[in-house]
Amino acid sequence: MADPMKIRATASGDVCEIKVLMSHPMETGQRKESDGKIVPAHFIQTFTIAVNGKTVIDAGTGTSVSRNPVFGFKVKGPKAGDKVTVSWVDNLGDKRTDEATVA
Amino acid sequence: MDATRRTLLRGMGSTGLLAAAIAAGVLKPTRVFAAEYNKVAFEAKDLAGGLKGIGAASPAESKDIVLSAPEIAENGAVVSVTVASKIPGTSALAVFVEKNPMPLSAHFQFLNGALPEARLNVKMSQTSLIKAVALANGKAYMAQKEVKVTMGGCGG
Repeated sequence: MADPMKIRATASGDVCEIKVLMSHPMETGQRKESDGKIVPAHFIQTFTIAVNGKTVIDAGTGTSVSRNPVFGFKVKGPKAGDKVTVSWVDNLGDKRTDEATVA
Repeated sequence: MDATRRTLLRGMGSTGLLAAAIAAGVLKPTRVFAAEYNKVAFEAKDLAGGLKGIGAASPAESKDIVLSAPEIAENGAVVSVTVASKIPGTSALAVFVEKNPMPLSAHFQFLNGALPEARLNVKMSQTSLIKAVALANGKAYMAQKEVKVTMGGCGG
């Protein structure tokens, strides 16, 4: 199981900034170990961000997203105290969901 | 029959079996996960294939897409990219790294008040154009910027 995500959601005025750091190796399947063996692909394929249960971001990611991906988004509407939920699924079927509260 | 399949899928969710089943084409992942993985677009080996995969076969150049990325990236493993669209009705944005083995890096759909703007880090195998594509009202728009890479981020 992957490590927890770091989620920061800050509302300023009308707009809420959501930053997410996911802990994931994001292996491309093209990298070789020193012994010449290919490291199998292992990367996040989809993730969603929801505010109070309503999806705001629906994303797909390929192997060229950096290791331990960081994403930043802006959403109109959320207020302090609203709940932000982020879920991802990777190509091996592993998944993780974490929550944070809008500050 | 469908119910059985669902139970089966849930049961396999935490193991690699599910991925294997999807890869074999036996099961479609759409029913299990909220977001469907656009395999065709993400595994396309060239830009044209990737664009076609997201329904943006021939995007028009637009100055209303703001794409910011460094001129020179010392480390191709982490290149910070920000895209924002000022085109009214933008529903999705995609980021491509033209010369990567698989150019499509990420695809975002904006729903329920999300502004058409995203920041992410991408890997770059070599100096390449980064292309940001916006989808708005069934049309595709594009902006691009070259990033020079002094050390690749996809090799060993």
